[in-house]
Amino acid sequence: MTTHREPGAMDLLRGLGKGLATTAKTLARPAHTRQYPHQEPDLPERSHGVVALLEENCTSCMLCARECPSWCIYIDSHKETIEPGPEGGRARQHNVLDRFDIDFSLCMYCGICIEVCPFDALFWAPDFAYSEGDIRNLLHDKPKLGTWMTNVPDSTLPDGYVRPGQEAARPVADAAQHDETQDGTEQAGEPDG
Amino acid sequence: MSDLPLTVEVALKAVVVLAAFLSLPLAIGQTEHKVMAHMQGRLGPMEAGPHGIAQLVADGIKFVQKEDVTPAAADRWVFRLAPAVALIPYLVALAVIPWSAAWVAADVPASLLFVLAITSVGIFGTLMAGWGSGNKYSLVGGMRAGAQLVSYELPMVLAAASVAMAAGTLSLTGIAEAWSWWWLVWQLPGALVFLIAAVAELQRVPFDAPIADSEVVFGPYTEYSGLGFAFFLLAEYAGIVVMSLLFTVLFLGGWSGPWSDTLGPLWTLLKATAVAILILWLRVAWPRVREDQLQRLAWTVLVPLALVQLGLTGIGVVIWT
Repeated sequence: MTTHREPGAMDLLRGLGKGLATTAKTLARPAHTRQYPHQEPDLPERSHGVVALLEENCTSCMLCARECPSWCIYIDSHKETIEPGPEGGRARQHNVLDRFDIDFSLCMYCGICIEVCPFDALFWAPDFAYSEGDIRNLLHDKPKLGTWMTNVPDSTLPDGYVRPGQEAARPVADAAQHDETQDGTEQAGEPDG
Repeated sequence: MSDLPLTVEVALKAVVVLAAFLSLPLAIGQTEHKVMAHMQGRLGPMEAGPHGIAQLVADGIKFVQKEDVTPAAADRWVFRLAPAVALIPYLVALAVIPWSAAWVAADVPASLLFVLAITSVGIFGTLMAGWGSGNKYSLVGGMRAGAQLVSYELPMVLAAASVAMAAGTLSLTGIAEAWSWWWLVWQLPGALVFLIAAVAELQRVPFDAPIADSEVVFGPYTEYSGLGFAFFLLAEYAGIVVMSLLFTVLFLGGWSGPWSDTLGPLWTLLKATAVAILILWLRVAWPRVREDQLQRLAWTVLVPLALVQLGLTGIGVVIWT
């Protein structure tokens, strides 16, 4: 155990000197400030900036809307009938998404919706500069949520997903393999026939 | 200048001093913004003009636009008059401080005595603000300022008296001309005492107990808004200018340096800027001292040290002259 000692005059002077030295050293070094509006921040690609929607993967299952702690996801859908393909088949139904809105004035960026989505339709995107002058304008619809897919990092995208306009860039064998897996998931997702 | 009529000369000098009085504190303020920011790893003001050079002008425009509130409980005339009383003494003091043997607006015989007397008047502005605001925090702050001034005026005057004794004159011009480099050693204790007392008189960190925001909000300036507040701020920075110049003339030889015949005022400016930056530096680096520590430092350290310096100077004067 160390015994407590009252600081003397020398300790005081040493402390004052240390204060001067530290501030002088900081003065000699460049400042840490990033001038944000003039200079874009250098964010990690997996930054939790905004929730992006991959509309084609959404099945309107409502899991995200029900798990959302702040009830900021609004989903409307209707059923459409698909006529049977081969002769004598049975007509099937599927959900068509009419409305997928996220109210970012209520969202608390917990990411639960992204975690619970079983179909990889929601992603974190690093975009952050979407402030509005009016709080009501923070309710964003599915086309707007879709635009944020652009900056979603490749590493978080589902296997086999090809960004629009990037198909040509992929190797043929790789693309074929992905097509297979995509078919597989589609079949697994189908109702029993 | 001598071929001009007296009235024209006086008017010209007054305008020059006023211009210096209005521009130098702004330069100090801007330097404080920047030095403080970079000492804390920040950039400071960057948007108003290149590298925020016009920040204080923008601040001034803002202060003019603000509503000038006089509290209902305030002693109206005392409250309104206080910023002027705090500000004017520094303007007057600036007029008698020499920048070189020729560059002095009013070369009065006992200018050291005059400067020390007139800068002590500034405290009345603070006391008036503290009393007139009708606010208990203002009153406590004003009383703290008064107590601080009484304690630190003594070592300051003793340190200044030591230099005057060494030079054998009370004229600032005479003191700076009598100065030679070895005074830096001979008058070192006095210089330290004077610098510490000057910082205390300016109520700057670490001696800013009168405006300690965590204890008395903003002390005597709590109730001020708009231009009144701006005047108090200006008085603080004008005070730094006056004290830095005074320290330069008394302890650093004023305009003495290479080619002092032509570059004299520049040397004064350079030395005073260094002193001013030192005063700004303390604000970033050091914590505030408690009210009792502040008094103890003045009476148990600075006054004895100043008396020792006075004795040292006396011995030196007797031996060498």
